[in-house]
Amino acid sequence: MDDWKAKKPVFATLFAPGSVWLTAFFLIPLGFVWVMSFGEKSGIIDIVISWTPDNYLRTIETIYLQIIWKSVWISALATGICLLLGFPVAFAISFARDRWKPILLLVVILPFWINLLIRTYALIAVFRTRGHVNFGLEWLWEQADAVLAWAGLAGYRLLGERFEPLTLLYNDFAVIAGLTYVYLPFMVLPLYATLERLDRSFIEASLDLGASQMRTLVSVVAPLAMPGIVSGIILVFIPCLGSFLTPDLLGGTNAQMIGNVIERQFKSANDWPFGAALSFLLMYVTFGALAIRSLLAGRKAGMEV
Amino acid sequence: MSDAGQADAIVSIDHVSKRFGPVIAVDDVSFEIRRNEFFALLGPSGCGKTTILRMIAGLEVPSAGTICVDGRDMSTIPANRRPINMVFQSYAVFPHMNVYDNVAYGLRVDGTPRAEIGPRVVEAIDTVQMAEFAARRPDQLSGGQRQRVALARALVKRPKVLLLDEPLSALDAKLREAMRLELAQLQRKVGITFIIVTHDQDEALSMADRIAVMDAGRVRQIATPGALYERPASRFVADFIGKVNLLDGKVAGRADGAVRLDIKGLGKIAIPCEGPVPKTVTVALRPEKIAVSKRPPRARTRVVTRGRIFEWAYYGDMSYMYVDTEGGLRLAVNIQNAARTTVDEIDIGDEVWLSFAPADAIVVTE
Amino acid sequence: MATAPAKTRRERPGPLDYTRKLWLRAIVLVTFALLYAPIIGLVAFSFNDSRRNIVWRGFTLDYYVSAWNNDSLIEAFANSLTIAIIATGVSTVLGAFVALTLWRFRFPGKAAYEGAMALPIVVPEICMGVAMLVFFARIGWPSGGPWPLNLSAITIAHISFCFPFVAVVVRARMAGFNRELEEASHDLGAGEWQTFRHVILPFMRPGLIAGALLAFTLSLDDFVITFFTSGPDTVTFPVKVYSMVRFSVTPEVNAASTILIVITIVATVLAMRFHNPARRREAAS
Repeated sequence: MDDWKAKKPVFATLFAPGSVWLTAFFLIPLGFVWVMSFGEKSGIIDIVISWTPDNYLRTIETIYLQIIWKSVWISALATGICLLLGFPVAFAISFARDRWKPILLLVVILPFWINLLIRTYALIAVFRTRGHVNFGLEWLWEQADAVLAWAGLAGYRLLGERFEPLTLLYNDFAVIAGLTYVYLPFMVLPLYATLERLDRSFIEASLDLGASQMRTLVSVVAPLAMPGIVSGIILVFIPCLGSFLTPDLLGGTNAQMIGNVIERQFKSANDWPFGAALSFLLMYVTFGALAIRSLLAGRKAGMEV
Repeated sequence: MSDAGQADAIVSIDHVSKRFGPVIAVDDVSFEIRRNEFFALLGPSGCGKTTILRMIAGLEVPSAGTICVDGRDMSTIPANRRPINMVFQSYAVFPHMNVYDNVAYGLRVDGTPRAEIGPRVVEAIDTVQMAEFAARRPDQLSGGQRQRVALARALVKRPKVLLLDEPLSALDAKLREAMRLELAQLQRKVGITFIIVTHDQDEALSMADRIAVMDAGRVRQIATPGALYERPASRFVADFIGKVNLLDGKVAGRADGAVRLDIKGLGKIAIPCEGPVPKTVTVALRPEKIAVSKRPPRARTRVVTRGRIFEWAYYGDMSYMYVDTEGGLRLAVNIQNAARTTVDEIDIGDEVWLSFAPADAIVVTE
Repeated sequence: MATAPAKTRRERPGPLDYTRKLWLRAIVLVTFALLYAPIIGLVAFSFNDSRRNIVWRGFTLDYYVSAWNNDSLIEAFANSLTIAIIATGVSTVLGAFVALTLWRFRFPGKAAYEGAMALPIVVPEICMGVAMLVFFARIGWPSGGPWPLNLSAITIAHISFCFPFVAVVVRARMAGFNRELEEASHDLGAGEWQTFRHVILPFMRPGLIAGALLAFTLSLDDFVITFFTSGPDTVTFPVKVYSMVRFSVTPEVNAASTILIVITIVATVLAMRFHNPARRREAAS
């Protein structure tokens, strides 16, 4: 690695394009938003930067706090389910035979490459009232009903008059399921990366010392895989928090998350300063989570023995 | 191959084999390890010694055969319930726990009452002289210190057998020497059976009570270090342990207690030997059994030949040399540099007289 | 070690043979099934001969035909492709420059530079979309104009979030570069530019290609940022599909989606082929 002063012209040529672009078309736009978050509407189109904190104050009004809170717990729930499903999958792949690992990983990653919109849309056909899940349940209901009838219990109507489909769409359930579905690969990959590098002799040592498999998982594997677990949680929680497409398509009017509120400010409600404030609020939360993760990573840096 | 003494056996390996796909790592091996002995599994890499160790620990399942510990068949007993503990080659000291917690781990998972854990852990840590490091974490310890933690962690459980996988291979030379003595002393002090796996014969010879020499999945010979060195049962063992000259001999006849051989390059010699011998045998002659002198030796019972020094290597306390004899052999000989001037008296190209006692040669039939 | 013909009898599992445990296999298979079932359903139903597309009525390619004949859909697709190609080109160059800077030089503020370059990856998409919208509105970026100039706003936004990804990929590739090759080149008399062209660039190439394909996929698939920067006459493929989903759910949507899936998979597989054979060949040499 060279010192920049040693080859100034080369350094300048390499350094400039990326920096210029990032500043002009990323940092400055973010700056605009930040400034706008302190502005207010004066008229239908115009916005005046009056350096008012009103927008931020508005974000902590009850109605918005509720939405923020809802976004947080929906994201947390989705992240938790991703962890519960993702850990066994990552664990299984890391212990699979070498020949199978890349294939299994590809199977997990492929859905991630498919457009978010399409994946979310695909879930609609699964969850709606006349969707795959309800069709399947209805079929099961009919079979069970037929069995009961054959057993002579038709008159008792044990399963009810008719099949009642479940409402799986346009509610919190759909949003959580959708988020889990969309972000599961994001959880599996960092978990896999950490578990793959885990020295198997730690597990063997734990078993040799008399611990059960479950105890080994809790006392040895999980703590040593913690960096991966934290990475996975961050990689899922943050996008979930800022997601807008999935709650928009699957949530209906009930399940509103921060992302939806932000979108509305810019598309229909036309309150850009407030939308700007909400955007930055979301970014602060994101950076907060990343900072926590860095702290944890720093403390655990000495664990790789 | 295996010795008698059923009552003494703490581990018995009975016709055990292990296959990994098409590869046979362990091939129908049977032997016993006695109570309180320091036993070594020695062999080149890939010979199956570590596989056997892991099967005793329960980390691998035998493809065939049974392993019994203290009379109990281990086939149905998983690794975490065997009265055996292991010190891994990488030590596997848990990085997220300090020394104390590492050592206490085995007791905690057993459900040992709290009051009992403390004193036992302290005792174990003291035994390996790590008392002042009890609060340290593994990343603050050296390799040798981590090994002691691994030892304490295993010993605190008072297992019937302690397994050690290549315990000295990761240590530097000086530390290795020190640990060799320490481990031998520890084993005597603690009074439990130690089984170590190593590819280093010096380790095995200096630490073990008995050694099993393995090659390609089979046990070639089990004997005390002295017996292995001075009475190797096969060409492989003779060659594997220490340095040796291997000579071809044709059997010309038998005398009482000896066999008359026609050794290529040395002529007719009678070497003490019991038991049946095939028509051709190998004669193993250790370099230190050959005496070197500038003048013809006087003892008439010795086998004598002349030669010219072809190459020699100086090791400080000893000198090794290769001598091209008049019979056309290239013999390895070593001498102690007993006097400070010894090294000045040798040079490549010098003419020397070699001699050895016939009883010091070994007839190897395999 | 001795070898023997493989026995048909299965070995008993050892304590670490987790993948042989039935319940773990079950969880993995169920998860995979759940991951793919909706997508497979979507693709399958793109061939459904039913307008409302709820129950399967028969096989047909009609909706692929109608998708092909849907002018606005085709236009949206053309837009997406144009944007993706331009964005990929520029992002790859920018990303390569950034990667080389980070790989090659020590300089004050390097950590801050790295952090800044990671921002577009880390910042939530909606925040970036909002930022681009606000930016273009405030500086009065011309949104009209002939094709392809009217796509410029979207393209610029795409470049902004694509090039850091390219930088990450190229940097990872350069981490494996043996500096001695470069020193040997200098030793043999080559100048900076020649060394770059003949020694560094060839090594970088698989990383560039992988990065470019990544940028292409990201751009083609992007919805959120495009949604904020596009207008009624600069519609891209995902945005068009979105409006189709909201308003009329026919198998045509499924057909359009399936086409996008196929393109994405092909691009991904290509990217992986470029990433791996290069490494495998190197490992062999």
